Amino acid sequence: MPILLLPSTNFKFFPPKLKCVDMKLDTSGLESTSPFFGSGDELCPELSAAPSFSLPLSTDFDEFQKDTKATLKHAKGTTTLAFIFKEGVMVAADSRASMGGYISSQSVKKIIEINPYMLGTMAGGAADCQFWHRNLGIKCRLHELANKRRISVTGASKLLANILYSYRGMGLSVGTMIAGWDETGPGLYYVDSEGGRLKGTRFSVGSGSPYAYGVLDSGYKFDMSVEEAAELARRAIYHATFRDAASGGVASVYYVGPNGWKKLSGDDVGELHYHYYPVTPSTVEQEMAEVAGA
Amino acid sequence: MTKQHPAWSPYDNNGGTCVAIAGADYCVTAADTRMSTGYSILSRDYSKIIKLADKCVMASSGFQADVKALQKLLAARHLIYQHQHNKQMSCPAMGQLLSNTLYYKRFFPYYSFNVLGGLDNEGKGCVYTYDAVGSYERVGYSSQGSGSTLIMPFLDNQLKSPSPLLLPAQDAVTPLSEAEAVDLVKTCFASATERDIYTGDKLEIVVLNKDGIHREYMELRKD
Repeated sequence: MPILLLPSTNFKFFPPKLKCVDMKLDTSGLESTSPFFGSGDELCPELSAAPSFSLPLSTDFDEFQKDTKATLKHAKGTTTLAFIFKEGVMVAADSRASMGGYISSQSVKKIIEINPYMLGTMAGGAADCQFWHRNLGIKCRLHELANKRRISVTGASKLLANILYSYRGMGLSVGTMIAGWDETGPGLYYVDSEGGRLKGTRFSVGSGSPYAYGVLDSGYKFDMSVEEAAELARRAIYHATFRDAASGGVASVYYVGPNGWKKLSGDDVGELHYHYYPVTPSTVEQEMAEVAGA
Repeated sequence: MTKQHPAWSPYDNNGGTCVAIAGADYCVTAADTRMSTGYSILSRDYSKIIKLADKCVMASSGFQADVKALQKLLAARHLIYQHQHNKQMSCPAMGQLLSNTLYYKRFFPYYSFNVLGGLDNEGKGCVYTYDAVGSYERVGYSSQGSGSTLIMPFLDNQLKSPSPLLLPAQDAVTPLSEAEAVDLVKTCFASATERDIYTGDKLEIVVLNKDGIHREYMELRKD
C-alpha cells in the first residue's frame, strides 16, 4: 500500500496523472451551491470556498481507490429497466442494496425523480448515482431558468454523460437510464460511468438485467396500453428478483407520459410471488377411510 | 522513487454500534461507548453521539479520527448556517448536508458509518442512514457499525414497518411508545454485546421529543 500524507485541508484537484494534458475536472456542477455571503472568507477559507473533492496525497491513486473500495464495499446489485412504447416510457426497478452477502437495505429509491418530466434509474454505486442525479436535477432546473423551456432528454443525458466521462478512471460506478418526455416526445438514454451513452427503446441495467431482458424481450410490443406495459415491467422486475439474489424488495413501476411521470405501483415482491404463482391446495389423491369391521 | 512503507494505511477501525428508532413524536438514538483497535480496548467511555442541532443528533462508528473531523466540519457548517439564517438547521437539511459532506470526500472517504436521528419539521421522528460515501435514505429505524448485522435483523423482526416505496403508501413510523423503544434499544445492545467484541462497556441513549433532549445510560458487559 502506498504511503499517504494526510492532508490537513481540502485539496483542489488538478488531475496531474491523466494522460490527456488539457483535460480539466468538471466541477461546475458544484458551484450551484449557494455561496456564503460577504467576502469575509479570510476567517474560514476552507468552509466558504466552493466545495471541491478532496483527494488523498497518494503516490498511487489507483491503488488507493482499490484499497478503499475493498474496505468500504459499496452497495451494489440491482435490476432496473425502461422501455418506450406507444403511450410513453415505462420505468421500473427493484429496491435492494447489498454489501457483499449482507442486504444493507430493502427500501432504496432506485428511480430518481429529476423533475416532473424526467426520471433517472440507479445501478452501481448508490452514493455515486444519488449524488450525480441530484446534481443533474440542479443543472436541469438551471437550464430551465436560463432558457425558459425544459431541457430535452437528449440534453440532460448528455450533461450527465459528460460529467461522468470527466471522472472516467477514477472509480465511479454508475449505470443509469434517463427517461422522460420532452418536446420531441418520449426519450430514453442509457448512460454509464465508462463514458457510454446510448439512445434506445428498451434497456435493462444491473445484475438482474439478463433475467429482466428475458421477460421484457419476449413480452414487448410497441402497441401496448399503459396497463399492459406496467404489467410487463412489473413482471420483468419480479422475475429478475426471483432469479437474482442481489435484487429484491419492492418492484416500483413509473410511467412517463405527455403530462409528466406518475408512480403506478409499488409491490413487495415477496407478495407478488403469490400473485404470479398462487398456492393451490394440493388435490387429495386418496382419502384414508375406516375399514369396516376391522 | 524509493519504495515507501508498504503496509501503512490512513484508516483504522475503532468499531462500535449505533442504532436509531423514529417514533410518531420522538426519536431514540443510541450507541455503545467502547472504542477499540484490533483486540485492544482504547476507551470504555467514548461518546459516539453528537448533538448537531436542537432537533438533530448523529451517532457514528468506524474510524473515530475521521468521525471527529466530520463532526467538527458539520459543527462549523451549522454555525455558519445559524449566522446566515438565524435559526437551527432542520433534521432533513442536516441529512442532506451530511450526504454532500461525505460525498465531497468520495475519493478519500471518511471511514465513518453514521445514523442521523431527529425530529422533522412536523415534529415527527426521523432517521437517516448513510454509507461511507454519502448515499442516504430516510427510514423508520436503522443500525450501523460493527454490531449492525446482529441488530438489524432483530429490529426488522420487531418493528418491520411497511416499505415507503409501496403504493398505496403506508406510514413507516414505528408504532412503539417512547418507553418501549428505549427498552427495545437496551435489549438490542445487551444482545449485540454478547456476540460482538467491538460492542460493550456502556450504552448511551439520546431521546429527542417535543420536550427537548434527554440522555440516559445503561451498563453493558465489560469483557
